[in-house]
Amino acid sequence: MTIDTWVTIAASAVGAATPLTYAALGEVVTERAGVLNLGVEGMMLVGAMAGFAVGIMTGSLWLAYLAAALGGAMIALLFAVLTLSLQTNQVATGLALTLFGIGLSAFAGRGFVGMPIARVPLLHLPGLSDLPVLGRLLFSYDLPVYGSLVMCAAIAWFLQRTRAGLRLRAVGEQPGAAHALGEPVIRIRYLAALFGGAMSGIAGAYLSTAVTPMWAEGMSAGRGWIALALVVFGTWRPWRVLGGAYLFGLVTVLQLYAQGLGIHIPSEFLSMLPYIATIVVLVFVCRDGRTILLNQPASLGRSFHPGA
Amino acid sequence: MPQRHRMAMPAENHWWPWRLERRSRPSALMRLASSPLAAVAMIICGFVALRFIGIDPIAAFKVFFVEPVSSLYGVGELLLKATPLMLCALGLAPGYRANVWNIGAEGQFTIGAIVGAGIGLFFNSQLGAATLPLMLLGGIAGGMAWAAIPAFLRLRFHTSEIFVSLMLVYIAQLLLSWLVHGPWRDPAGQNFPQSPPLPDSATLQPLFEGARVNIVFLIGLGLAAAFWWFERFTAAGFRLRVGGLAPAAAAYAGISERRNVWLALMISGGAAGLAGISEVAGPIGMLQPVVSPGYGFAAIIVAFVGRLHPFGIVLSSLLMSALYLGGESAQVELQLPSSVTGLFQGTLLFFLLAAELFIHFRLRPVART
Repeated sequence: MTIDTWVTIAASAVGAATPLTYAALGEVVTERAGVLNLGVEGMMLVGAMAGFAVGIMTGSLWLAYLAAALGGAMIALLFAVLTLSLQTNQVATGLALTLFGIGLSAFAGRGFVGMPIARVPLLHLPGLSDLPVLGRLLFSYDLPVYGSLVMCAAIAWFLQRTRAGLRLRAVGEQPGAAHALGEPVIRIRYLAALFGGAMSGIAGAYLSTAVTPMWAEGMSAGRGWIALALVVFGTWRPWRVLGGAYLFGLVTVLQLYAQGLGIHIPSEFLSMLPYIATIVVLVFVCRDGRTILLNQPASLGRSFHPGA
Repeated sequence: MPQRHRMAMPAENHWWPWRLERRSRPSALMRLASSPLAAVAMIICGFVALRFIGIDPIAAFKVFFVEPVSSLYGVGELLLKATPLMLCALGLAPGYRANVWNIGAEGQFTIGAIVGAGIGLFFNSQLGAATLPLMLLGGIAGGMAWAAIPAFLRLRFHTSEIFVSLMLVYIAQLLLSWLVHGPWRDPAGQNFPQSPPLPDSATLQPLFEGARVNIVFLIGLGLAAAFWWFERFTAAGFRLRVGGLAPAAAAYAGISERRNVWLALMISGGAAGLAGISEVAGPIGMLQPVVSPGYGFAAIIVAFVGRLHPFGIVLSSLLMSALYLGGESAQVELQLPSSVTGLFQGTLLFFLLAAELFIHFRLRPVART
């Protein structure tokens, strides 16, 4: 194996990791506010469909990603109304959102199956992109990849270094105390859920315009769930989540290259790798129950009713 | 620090003249009415949406809910499709009551189908008349084994059974795909990815002439009664309920979480495995790359719409089966895509969750100031 192959593998791993990064980072913000939205898979699919459809119809990728973010946020709003205003069970509602998102995207996207779309263009940075090895490894990606790094830095800064981030975390840890201090608990949770939805939507759009530039029913194939597991893996911290996503990107891509490396295992078993890796990683992180207890937002998944 | 948000009272509902108020006791009426209300709301919402894309709602209603069951064969199909949904949902419900969230029934269904079909395909000649019962037992064992993984990992390593059971769905489906593309492929099957057909002695025969519904539907009804008895009259059923309603009290009373988690996952895994082998030994008759149109996931909705009560689940599985049949007939007659079924299912669950709110809360007009 040449350096060239390894660089190719690393570069495609980044591509495979990017949808996971967006979805998991969005979910970090949502969960830090105490809202457990298990509907990431559904929101990703709606984003993938909306982004693809708008991309085809307008030819503009900016509009495509905007539509994907809006689409994801819209169905996250549905989740928020149910769980935050109507106090429904967050686990059950998240599952409903997933099933609904799968159905909605399949229904609305039926006219777009099999259509080709131009992939998001790779940026060519003069000078940097032409560097040997490093140029391909670091400076030959598309805009959404760099965007995901910026988002990660921004979210880490927001959560740890800003007053608004502190308020959001307070709402996720002790909504009762935050409420007593006059924080609009429900409103903050709404915003966090909408942000998570928009990020999942963008994650979906990256799937349908870059990872595999096409639209197919259920094309996210469990990536939304892997993103949810990554949030646990990253103990609700943006940079760790990002690292986890790249690890998963690598696992996903290695299975594609395994045949080329002379490993002769039926492709089905190689395709199982990301799912097995998710389980293994969860076991590894959770094996000591305290890690999760210490890091998980204290009121994650619990309803809060200010009047009661 | 600005004093602004310390002084301001949270603005709740000033733009909406009603507010939610917790009832002093849960409403018995709403407990019964929430599921029918949700079903009606879904149907109205669905047909308004169909009207919107230019389909006459009355005609659509006939195509969806009347035509599929206007023959004996149709009624048989309704019961046939309700069977796997009922089995999976019956199994899931006790766990959901106990706060054990197995969402991987689809995977346990698939493994049950694989194990059961394996017995039928390879041991049929040795087993003779015992083949079919052993296939069903094998299916149950397969589903249980697959559900044992999330149970063990949750208790030993504190991993969430939600993620593990779901990841195992994909793994099970890939395993099935490998089997029917590789070692179990029918040599006489013209290269189609499918196993040889199951012999007659390994196939569930229809209950009556002219329909496809088989004995497993009756087993499902029997299980519903057994589950009702189990939850209401046995100590184990009581411990499951308490474990979900009041985990702290349950721990204080010495109720073992370990036992609850194992029990809940074994019940749901076994039931899903039985559903899986029943589909393969019944209407399908062989292993294919896909043995379920998402029954394991739809069963989550069935369980909630049945309000996690065994008899409620029997009714809601019939409703969900009607949605599947209606979706199929709408595909043929109205050229609607099959995904319309999934859309209806998701909508139904949303409405149900919203309707359940009114069991514990009510709307009160806000006095204007």
